Amino acid sequence: MRELEYPFDSDYILKNAKKLRRLLLAEDNGGQAGSGRLHKKIAVLGGSTTHDIIRILELFLLNQGIEPEFYESEYGQYFQDAMFGNAKLEKFRPDVIFIHTSNRNVSFYPKPGDGKEQVECLLEEQYRHFEAVWDRLADTYHCPVIQNNFEYPFFRLLGNQDASAVQGRIRFLTRLNERFYRYAEEHANFYINDMNYMASAYGLDEWADPFYWHMYKYCMCMRAIPAFANNLCHIIKAVFGKNKKALVLDLDNTLWGGIVGDDGAENLEIGQETSLGQVYAEVQGYLKAQKEIGVMLNVNSKNEEENAMAGLRHPEGVLKPEDFILIKANWEPKSKNMAEIAAQLNVLPESLVFVDDNPAEREIVREQFPGAAVPEIGKPEEYVRVLDHSGFFEVTRLSEDDRKRSDMYKANLMREKQQAFFADYGEYLASLQMKGTVKPFEPVYMARIAQLTNKSNQFNLTTKRYTQGEIEQTAASSGYITLYGKLEDKFGDNGVVSVVIGRVEDGGENGKRLHVELWIMSCRVLKRDMEYAMMDVLVEECRKRGITEIAGYYYPTAKNRMVKDFYGQQGFTKVKEDEKGNTVWRYEIPEEYGKKNRYIEIL
Amino acid sequence: MTREEVFETLNGVFQDVFDDTSITVNDNTTSEDIEDWDSLEHINLIAAVEQEFGMKFSMGQVVTMKNVGEMADIILSQIQ
Repeated sequence: MRELEYPFDSDYILKNAKKLRRLLLAEDNGGQAGSGRLHKKIAVLGGSTTHDIIRILELFLLNQGIEPEFYESEYGQYFQDAMFGNAKLEKFRPDVIFIHTSNRNVSFYPKPGDGKEQVECLLEEQYRHFEAVWDRLADTYHCPVIQNNFEYPFFRLLGNQDASAVQGRIRFLTRLNERFYRYAEEHANFYINDMNYMASAYGLDEWADPFYWHMYKYCMCMRAIPAFANNLCHIIKAVFGKNKKALVLDLDNTLWGGIVGDDGAENLEIGQETSLGQVYAEVQGYLKAQKEIGVMLNVNSKNEEENAMAGLRHPEGVLKPEDFILIKANWEPKSKNMAEIAAQLNVLPESLVFVDDNPAEREIVREQFPGAAVPEIGKPEEYVRVLDHSGFFEVTRLSEDDRKRSDMYKANLMREKQQAFFADYGEYLASLQMKGTVKPFEPVYMARIAQLTNKSNQFNLTTKRYTQGEIEQTAASSGYITLYGKLEDKFGDNGVVSVVIGRVEDGGENGKRLHVELWIMSCRVLKRDMEYAMMDVLVEECRKRGITEIAGYYYPTAKNRMVKDFYGQQGFTKVKEDEKGNTVWRYEIPEEYGKKNRYIEIL
Repeated sequence: MTREEVFETLNGVFQDVFDDTSITVNDNTTSEDIEDWDSLEHINLIAAVEQEFGMKFSMGQVVTMKNVGEMADIILSQIQ
């Protein structure tokens, strides 16, 4: 919904929230999640009023394909709700908890006369107050926790010294924030919502208008709520796998000033010669850095390919042709190029962000290729801010896989090219020299496994989502068989690409049965025998535990049709089908099980 | 702006905030008359009115305002 895309009109959103909500709920949300939105339970534990924050957060979440259900603590009860048994919250079973505290909730500020040690004690005491809350919540709810850091106060008793003297409130809050960040570093399921940044980006004097605190007990002004809620929404949607994956960039007047076909590459504005050239160099530098956090860069430009390449080889340019996965420079409609890019990268339309200075091209892509994000990027000097504040690629935790993603996709394209040289597909698979690892979940992979369960939509039999906490609990339980699969070949390491979770049912005399609650695989390793390698090890694990039968389940969504007959292909028999297309499959493990995987060497 | 014009604009704001095009307000309208108008929605309503007329209520005014008629009087006194 355009009204909720950055840059947005906060007054409009606040005033028309009821209407926007009604319209969002009426959408079938085809562009975002196809089969409907993810349902998520969000507990908001406040240190100040949270009513309008929840109201506006709901809009942003709905727009991201998440349908939230909220638990709202009584006014200011974040500490009590977390620390003292809370039946209502326990019954609610939150998927994520957000702690909305601010500098108004700090109770141990130093006084001007305090010595260094006293301030140290106050800091410790104040920090422990929050740490106790987080530890308790993690123990009780095993779900992600999002915590605000502290924004600066709106006055400075010590003037400029407030920032540097140990007794200063600014210094005190800065140190407290630093302690929060250390906790975040050490706890995988804990995220900081950078309210301090939001307040400064908004303008602290207006943000902290005391009117709203004394009148309504809001820790920020009303008009800042949409910006705050949008920023918070970025974390939540990223945690639940709704980040974008790739940028698709226009060239002329988007990555450089001028039109390469008309002006010639040597006359483009890029680099340190002119101010506009400097702006574009900064834009290119920002985009290149996106690659480092796992964003895939692509080009979609109306140009002769030769000219496009000449522009990208400009000696002053920061981005080079090899930084891109796919370069579409042709005269086709851009929406058609978008569809091809999505298909070749094997991602859904809503994983793409299209960046083009030309409003007409943006409109065509919005109309003809629904789902993709198409930001109103403004003037060249605004491009970076708009892309940045849109939060398309919000980082929750940088994984090794994220950093290597571009390389992996490039390797994939090379594999495809090579495939063309082999007459026989088997011969091609053999040539890849694949090596796989299939093992029960291991601590180092928990984050990646949780990420995969939230991101996989196509090769996903049950579309069950897990938080990292749930993944860890499942792995630790003897009632489950868990397997992850990793795949390497001569072009590179694909990392963890498949996950299977099965629940063991002990049927007494009838023997033991395994219910497969989750079976997912990344589409980038489709048709590589990986699904068979997983099956082989699953059967092996079942035998070790005396399990004689495996039950598989397929629940259709708008996106997982490709695995409708997956269990059939694995040798299961269909035993049930309801009117919605949900199917149940059964596999009796034979005495003699012949391994199905032929091309992957399992290490 | 005349008092009538203020009321006309207020009708629009109320309709947007409560997402109900049937709402019309008059001098005597209070929160009793509009179902969704509770103390929390009141905050949002005040902010929307301020934005619409480009003015600000003081804390005292927010607390003592008794009905839409008084709201209109304050608006008129501030924008003229």
